[in-house]
Amino acid sequence: MRVRTLLFASHRDLARADSVEVELDRGATVSDLVAALRAQGGVWADLPVTTAVAVNHRYAPADLPIGEDDEVALIPPVAGG
Amino acid sequence: MAVSVWITAERIVPSRVLDMVGDEADGAVLLFLGTVRNRNDGRPVDGLTYQAYPEMAESVLEEIATEASTRFGTDRLAVVHRHGDLEIGDVSVAVAISTPHRAEAFEGARYVMEELKRRLPVWKHEHYTDGRSDWVAGTEPPGVPRGAAR
Repeated sequence: MRVRTLLFASHRDLARADSVEVELDRGATVSDLVAALRAQGGVWADLPVTTAVAVNHRYAPADLPIGEDDEVALIPPVAGG
Repeated sequence: MAVSVWITAERIVPSRVLDMVGDEADGAVLLFLGTVRNRNDGRPVDGLTYQAYPEMAESVLEEIATEASTRFGTDRLAVVHRHGDLEIGDVSVAVAISTPHRAEAFEGARYVMEELKRRLPVWKHEHYTDGRSDWVAGTEPPGVPRGAAR
């Protein structure tokens, strides 16, 4: 399945886009998503394996399976307030 | 009454946020404002841009406000965070809370601010007076399993 992953802040600047498509096997988890992005190389080669991922607007644990209709986003370190 | 939270691209009017709390049973009403400073880490700043993931930010703010409401025993709580372009002195965040006694109001507002700094999906891009600009180094959100990724 192809998962459209939303990007913000420094990730958006790196990719020069507000989302990136990631090809994943059915049943893939959040950590598989980060691994697949890193495997794309280029600007993603150095993405930390611990990068936070949100699924349907909630911070997701590494072992959470991603569904085709889920809203997925990469969350760089936050700086609100 | 229920907690009110929102993310906005419009200028925050503190008196409107304050008007959302207060009750005849409350003897303490507190308003906290976060404003844009003209320096950060010794560098002169002339403005900043907050980028937000608005849908998630509203749901995280709602979660934080609900936790504060339970912990400090009040549903008179309003929280708003800006996104978009801000100038020096503009309000970036406002927290209004009212409680029967002052301790819960101070602690409740503090809790909301500390938690939103830890987990609100908002990013700060600072514009320096020398024409440069950069993303402010942020905080790794909690619940990110360290070393769990394969």
